[in-house]
Amino acid sequence: MEIKLTVNAQLVTVEVEANLLLSALLRDRLRLTGTHVACDTSQCGACTVLVDGASAKSCTLLAAEAAGSSVVTIEGLAADGALHPMQQAFHEQHGLQCGFCTPGMVMSAVDLVAVNPDPSEAEIRAWLKGNICRCTGYQNIVKAIRAGAAALRSA
Amino acid sequence: MTHDGIGAPLRRKEDRRFLTGRGRYVHDIVRAHQLYAVFLRSPHAHAEILAVDAKAALASPGVAAVYTAADIAGKINGVPCAWGIVGRDGKPMKEPPHPPLAAGKVRHVGDPVAMVVADSLAAARNAAELVQVSYKVLPAVTAVAEAVKPGAPQLYDDVPGNLCCDWAVGDKAATDVAFAKAHHVAKLDLVNNRLVPNAMESRAALAEYEPSTGEYTLFTSTQLPHVARVLLGVLMLGIPERKFRVVAPDVGGGFGSKQVVYAEEALVTWAAGRLERPVKWVAERSEAFLSDAQGRDHVTHAELALDRDGKFLGLRVSTLANIGGYVSTFGPNIPTNLYGPLLAGAYTTPAIHCEVKVVFSNTVPTDAYRGAGRPEATFVLERLVDVAAHELGLDRVEIRRRNLIPKDAYPYQTPVMLQYDTGDHAATLAKALELSAWSSFAERRAASAARGKLRGIGLVTYIEACGLAPSRIAQQLGARGGIFESANIRVNPSGDISVITGAHSHGQGHETVFAQLVSELLGVPCANVEVIHGDTARSPFGLGTYGSRSAAVGGAAIAKAAGKIIDKGKKIASALLEASEQDIEFKNGAFTVAGTDRSKSFAEIAGAAYTPPPSYPLETLEPGLEETAFYDPVNFTYPGGCHVAEVEVDPETGVTVLVAYTAVDDIGTVLNPLLVEGQVHGGVVQGVGQALCEDCVYDPASGQLLSGSFMDYCMPRADDLPLIVSETACTPSAHNPIGVKGCGETGTIASPATVMNAVVDALAQYGVTHVDMPASPQRVWQAIQAARLRPVAE
Amino acid sequence: MYSFAYYRPASLGEARALLGQIEEASLLAGGQTLIPTLKQRLASPDAVIDLKGIGALAAIERKGEALVIGALARHAAVAASPVVREAIPALAALADGIGDPQVRNRGTLGGSIANNDPAADYPAALLGLGATVTTCERSIPADNFFTGLFATDLEPDEIVTAVSFPIPRRAAYVKFPNPASRFAIVGVFVAETAAGVRVAVTGAAPCVFRLPPAEAALARAFAPESLDGLSIAADGLNSDIHAVAAYRAHLVAVMARRAVRQALA
Repeated sequence: MEIKLTVNAQLVTVEVEANLLLSALLRDRLRLTGTHVACDTSQCGACTVLVDGASAKSCTLLAAEAAGSSVVTIEGLAADGALHPMQQAFHEQHGLQCGFCTPGMVMSAVDLVAVNPDPSEAEIRAWLKGNICRCTGYQNIVKAIRAGAAALRSA
Repeated sequence: MTHDGIGAPLRRKEDRRFLTGRGRYVHDIVRAHQLYAVFLRSPHAHAEILAVDAKAALASPGVAAVYTAADIAGKINGVPCAWGIVGRDGKPMKEPPHPPLAAGKVRHVGDPVAMVVADSLAAARNAAELVQVSYKVLPAVTAVAEAVKPGAPQLYDDVPGNLCCDWAVGDKAATDVAFAKAHHVAKLDLVNNRLVPNAMESRAALAEYEPSTGEYTLFTSTQLPHVARVLLGVLMLGIPERKFRVVAPDVGGGFGSKQVVYAEEALVTWAAGRLERPVKWVAERSEAFLSDAQGRDHVTHAELALDRDGKFLGLRVSTLANIGGYVSTFGPNIPTNLYGPLLAGAYTTPAIHCEVKVVFSNTVPTDAYRGAGRPEATFVLERLVDVAAHELGLDRVEIRRRNLIPKDAYPYQTPVMLQYDTGDHAATLAKALELSAWSSFAERRAASAARGKLRGIGLVTYIEACGLAPSRIAQQLGARGGIFESANIRVNPSGDISVITGAHSHGQGHETVFAQLVSELLGVPCANVEVIHGDTARSPFGLGTYGSRSAAVGGAAIAKAAGKIIDKGKKIASALLEASEQDIEFKNGAFTVAGTDRSKSFAEIAGAAYTPPPSYPLETLEPGLEETAFYDPVNFTYPGGCHVAEVEVDPETGVTVLVAYTAVDDIGTVLNPLLVEGQVHGGVVQGVGQALCEDCVYDPASGQLLSGSFMDYCMPRADDLPLIVSETACTPSAHNPIGVKGCGETGTIASPATVMNAVVDALAQYGVTHVDMPASPQRVWQAIQAARLRPVAE
Repeated sequence: MYSFAYYRPASLGEARALLGQIEEASLLAGGQTLIPTLKQRLASPDAVIDLKGIGALAAIERKGEALVIGALARHAAVAASPVVREAIPALAALADGIGDPQVRNRGTLGGSIANNDPAADYPAALLGLGATVTTCERSIPADNFFTGLFATDLEPDEIVTAVSFPIPRRAAYVKFPNPASRFAIVGVFVAETAAGVRVAVTGAAPCVFRLPPAEAALARAFAPESLDGLSIAADGLNSDIHAVAAYRAHLVAVMARRAVRQALA
């Protein structure tokens, strides 16, 4: 079937099978490989993208479900080559190591700050239930999200 | 220029691509006309394969090939082991064949039986379901303590008792003497639970074959591309190294599981050649649980002999180590050479004897997992020290103080092979006690008690061996190759620099930290240094990254190559400046005639090397400025330190929460404190995961993996953790030119024992003296229930 | 995933017509259970009927002494709804504790209860509050709705449209999560309602159930101490690597006491 959706502010018209996942549409058809898939039980959150502004696991959505929606991926955050404040904060705070969970972490963090502009450490940790990282021990991710939130508040 | 050399908390050069979704992992690579591979895996832990019928699968739409053991027989050799060990009887370990696709028998759930290659992933999956395998299911054994019992199911006809190797280290007679004169002997039985590494990027391999040249290229998520090229190409596939390029692009975490060479990598490469089309395989997470080498899995009895003053006289350790269904790449080496010699720890124990039975079972093979043998040793020793302190009524800090190796006793020869170079354990202990507010713990315990919670505190003083490895020693211990590292420094004509290292970064940040090292040594801005790794076509033979070796061995190789660059630069400068070579000094990025202001910048010398001016002595000095070095360490490095943990237990539910953690680690010279801190955080949390939640559980009856997904295998998450306090100390290593010791594994080595010592302390009021890992809510609740039912002594 | 057809009807009538025509169809609401099930090839429906096109089903409103929540209301919307927070704060808190933020942004009330996972949170709220499930056909009291492991009283072509929750005097839900999956090992919903005290337990057994002895004790005095000595039989409770039946039985009593304490706070 043919679906239309907006991906990173661009209108996309694409032919999909009914059983195609949104993550597969992004990665395999649109070659937006920043969205990663790291589990098959919808828990790790590496595939997190924004669907109509809210974070969602793109491995747990049919591409067809996203028809008519606006999807933002990690590739869509930086504007004109300048890192998004949350990306910049992850860089400054050393909030990433191998980088595999990172896109999902950043997208999840962007959603958190949208609903809670000044999250506490505990609120950040609770929010990250749906994102698994094996490298960082989360500490610098938490610091990065606090810093990113502060930067966004003052932006 | 701001200082961005050694010691600067430089932000990482590699971050931008990862933060913008431009990282390039094997998952992301696509080749034109590529095929997709799927592996059909055994649903049984132990079974004879009676027949495999692939006809229906072959006829399935889109299928290019289906391969079984019969199809590859004589064409692909078995999966090799890179480190054979020798038993105490002097005989080599039993090393039964490890066929890439199970032949005759399957030996664990997940053992690959057939490979299906099709033009889409869906077609491959559909076809895999059509492969008919008839099995005769056999009794299985998964627990190591069961596998050694008489009458246990036998995995191999020619491996009696499932015993791969009966290994030992240390002086048994001397240890017996020490025990005979002991005032007290503390004893402990413990289990070191099996873990699943779970790098976030699952393993993946994409191979292509170029018929015009006969060249193969394999993109694979490995920690050691050159070693993989030898093991896969030369040993398994018969592809000469000159025709085989192995590329490890961005790799999403390894933790040891990707220093193993796997059947799937060989099969994908072979299929690409046979089908003359690229073949790609990406493991699903559920597949990773059944096929990535797992970690730990020991059952141990240990005894510590002490004199009246609490001085350690002798240590006796007897361990059963489960290596799973096959000998993995480094599998047998982990619970032996990387375990027994570490049992001296940071203490002056004069006599130690350790025996290890290395045992097969119907489980996924085990191999290196972060710390690899050293966390297991630290766990035994540091739990036992706490038990001894408790039994002797000694303070846990005091008993350690009485036994720590004094600073002035270094270099220190242990009774179990190793010679430590430097350390100051009293200092790291004091620092950790101060940072963790150890002395005011009673107040915090009382505050917790007022809320109905049990608070416990625990500490560990540890030492580890890393910087693998001096080739001579490693080969004596069974390594089937050298374990040096290489570096190539290519100064380009403009003066910018390419550093090509044989180490491999899969999260560690080499692109930044090696650039800092070169910046420091050659006086060029970090931004002008590009670090290249992970491609056998680009770098000299290298050994890859594991065992906290990148800085200590790979960094030392870079330093050595930089020294050669400086030496040649001095020759060029001496000609250009018309001074004798001995008078040329290299400082702050410039070559200067000593005592004068006559000087050439590094860029000028580089330029001259490629555009020789008339004064350049081409007759005696080659043009160009590029040097390669191979560095073989003289010894291991020995990071050490002290960690302190505090936990709070809810006695009603058994829920145990880590509420504070302090790590003080002597890792020698710190190249980048920001990256060190990140390594420590991550390492600590992996150990905390083992202590509190991670557990790889097989059903004893069926051999099925019960913790086969993130639904049941508990990965630590952000809300499980407190802020970790991390500080470093520095007694520079004497074993390499830059003084580094390694920081990748310290956290994982120290933290399981630290946390469990705190858990036992929290439960001490119930008379609990030991809890096995993980201290899950259920296990802690059960420990409390059991303790409540028995009378408490004293 | 196996192949299937995808439909996105614009009305309930259209959805029902499709259900009637297709041999084996799965209804898709938030998809947070269905999609993982399909991915693991544990189900192979002929068609997936996506209900998200039926806009009216996501409403959240107070109707007299009841809170009526549409079947397609997402967990995040319920958690954040001022109406829910005012009327039944325990329900908002429960919704805020389901899964993780990404799951809450997609998962729906109707999907959760129609699936009736033994470890799901919502069934405890429905049973604990004595809610009524409305379908395109009829009204079903929660007491009759949940019939067993992943089983409900719904007919194959019946679609949940809303749930009506009576507003209690006070209520609380306390969950003991599985450390790995974060689903409930035990979750206890306690409510003091106009129709009496109700205590519902999820996670512990194959299906959510009520706890009459605890209800009777709390009816005499709504206080945690009323549950002292409450003993739960382990027979018939779930057992897995994280919690054997005896531990679950113990946790039911602990969580029940904690829920009462929280309801009173």
